[in-house]
Amino acid sequence: MLSRTAENLYWLARYVERAEYLARTIDATLRVTALPAAYIGKTNEWDSALLTAGVGQSFYEHYQEANEHNVVEYLSFAADNPSSIRNCIEAARLNARSVRTALTSEMWDTINAAWIELQAVWSKGTGSREDLAKFLRFVQETSLRFDGSAYRTMLRNDAYWFSRLGVHLERADNTARILDVKYHVLLPEEEHVGGPLDYYQWTSILRSVSALTAYHWVYRETLKPWLIADLLILNDTLPRSLASCYGNLVRNLDQIGVAYGRQGAAQRHARGIRNRLEHSHMDDIFQHGVHEFIQEFLADNSRLGEIITKQYLI
Amino acid sequence: MAVAFDEMNGQGGAEIRQAYQELSRWLTETPPDALEYRRQEAELLFRRIGITFAVYGDSEAQERLIPFDVIPRILSAKEWTLLEKGLKQRVLALNMFLRDIYHGRDILRANIIPEDLIFQNPVFRPEMNGQDVPHDVYVHIAGIDIIRTDPEHFIVLEDNARTPSGVSYMLENREIMMRLFPDLFARHRVAPVERYPDELLAALRSVAPRSAAAEPTVALMTPGIYNSAYYEHSFLADKLGIELVEGRDLIVKNDEVFMRTTEGLKRVDVIYRRVDDDFLDPLTFRPDSALGVPGLMSAYAAGNITLANAVGTGIADDKAIYSYMPDIVKFYLSEEPILKNVQTWRCREPQDLAYVLDHLDDLVVKEVHGSGGYGMLIGPAATKATIEAFRDKLKREPEGFIAQPTLALSTCPTCTEKGLAPRHVDLRPFVLTGSERVTIVPGGLTRVALKEGSLVVNSSQGGGTKDTWILDE
Repeated sequence: MLSRTAENLYWLARYVERAEYLARTIDATLRVTALPAAYIGKTNEWDSALLTAGVGQSFYEHYQEANEHNVVEYLSFAADNPSSIRNCIEAARLNARSVRTALTSEMWDTINAAWIELQAVWSKGTGSREDLAKFLRFVQETSLRFDGSAYRTMLRNDAYWFSRLGVHLERADNTARILDVKYHVLLPEEEHVGGPLDYYQWTSILRSVSALTAYHWVYRETLKPWLIADLLILNDTLPRSLASCYGNLVRNLDQIGVAYGRQGAAQRHARGIRNRLEHSHMDDIFQHGVHEFIQEFLADNSRLGEIITKQYLI
Repeated sequence: MAVAFDEMNGQGGAEIRQAYQELSRWLTETPPDALEYRRQEAELLFRRIGITFAVYGDSEAQERLIPFDVIPRILSAKEWTLLEKGLKQRVLALNMFLRDIYHGRDILRANIIPEDLIFQNPVFRPEMNGQDVPHDVYVHIAGIDIIRTDPEHFIVLEDNARTPSGVSYMLENREIMMRLFPDLFARHRVAPVERYPDELLAALRSVAPRSAAAEPTVALMTPGIYNSAYYEHSFLADKLGIELVEGRDLIVKNDEVFMRTTEGLKRVDVIYRRVDDDFLDPLTFRPDSALGVPGLMSAYAAGNITLANAVGTGIADDKAIYSYMPDIVKFYLSEEPILKNVQTWRCREPQDLAYVLDHLDDLVVKEVHGSGGYGMLIGPAATKATIEAFRDKLKREPEGFIAQPTLALSTCPTCTEKGLAPRHVDLRPFVLTGSERVTIVPGGLTRVALKEGSLVVNSSQGGGTKDTWILDE
């Protein structure tokens, strides 16, 4: 297929995934901030939300204060935030338009309908909390529909695999960024402190990767910070864990390699990261330092993006 | 202006014409809100599919729907047979003319067309002099705009021999009509149009260069998603099962054209290009063009790539050349032209100019190099000031204009806010020329001027479209 087509499919999937992640981040933050101050301590959760979205710096170029109104506005609708939900959906549709021929009509329909709704219903942002909830649901449903229609209707060929690469690379990046911002509440020594304060932070993390229920099914335990870290990093049954994302990245890259009869740097690099995740234990990671581990992972992950781009997309 | 010929009610309106009898019956049986409901449904479908077009200079509506009228326009088999014969003759002559202009130039030596009209013409491409194209086909895809003023004749309004658009509407309009009005189709025998993509692909493959593989690779080249016809480009690429490429996807090496794929470079043999000549190759044409492919013209000259349509076809559909088309047909084919031309005054000729200046109120004046209904004067509908402004332009640059009488284009019943009413229409059938044969899918794009009394059918000027039905015997 055309390199540009593969590139568009890859970015289309990334933007949709990112929009959903932003919606879940806002949703989780709204829940924590609705709690009385005694439960969440002094941290500004809206600041954390900005950090996990990777826009901590640019936000303050436009706003003075990180409060609900400003952050929701910036993450959801701001035209000058290149990765606001609105811009993600716009960019997704732009990419989709460029590869109309490589999309199934169901996928096009999902993106196009979302774009139309964005213009028709959400052009002025959201007024009330209720409105906002509706908007966030709309974004998450768009992503579910898009993913579902890709899964159910696309031919299993390189178009599908490149689009999956986009999903999993973005997803790994998002999960790692939550960990990066929140790692301090996951450190084992916090166990002793362990008051309600951290408890709500933990649920918030799990909620933002939709893993709160999953946690209980996997560990059958009350919330323990190191188990949360284990779930998000090493547990490959959780679709948004780093391990699971890398299982999928390796699989999809292998399928491309087989179809094209050639492996390359992307396959090797992805396999390297997956092996590291497979052979890691949480104890070692804590000893080595969660923060350092996550930082390395983020760098590795974005390096994979560059390698894929060089090998296939340009 | 005389009362227009209505294709359903005929000239006087006394009797429903044969081809429309069933439709007319159906219209009287169908309640108006049922029609309105279907109209809304059609609009929803179009918007969902994403058939939009961009209007230049209209940032508000960067993507707009072309209004679709649900009442079909119907031609009888007999009418179509005549039209088809005329179109084939016309396109054959266009191709022979182009071959001649870029080779022996017999027609100039025979003094049929003044030389300066060719050589001074900006759409004449000296790069094409002496260059052979596979099977001498220059215009692989032609969109000939046809109008009627009476039941007997088909008149060519314009020959579009460069990158005519609109065929996706012909195909999509039919799809949507079949979805919305199955009962109406059951009552007619409508010739299908769905084989157009296959015919187009066959025609494109048949003109592959000799150096191509046994299964030549065809690609459709688009200027990109901001082009007003982008939807059509992606639609056609999809229907043909070929790659939709932009200039940046292509690269020329050793006078061969390749596309960049995820598996490396892949040779391309035929490019169905929807990019204008000027933007094809920055090395040959506009150096500032980012849409093109450096070296493409050199690969073309080496005979390693077929461009469809060929470079330089603009000289055949130029409005100044248009007025010579009847002579061109006679010159190459020694036949009487089956399709008529609109009477045309060439403002470059002093006598004609004088006449035009005296009759600006009655005439339609067009820029020789204009298209899409831009830069046009419609005398009877224009204000005094506009007419005077045009008079100045004409005097300053007479060779830039032609003039034609304001024709009473035929009308067809159309849904309007006040119910069914006659609206003016034209027709663009698409004529395909391959190595062996000329084919025309029975039908075409009917454009309709939705405003009461308006004669401008261009989508950029508020025109709409209709499904066009050719009835089988």
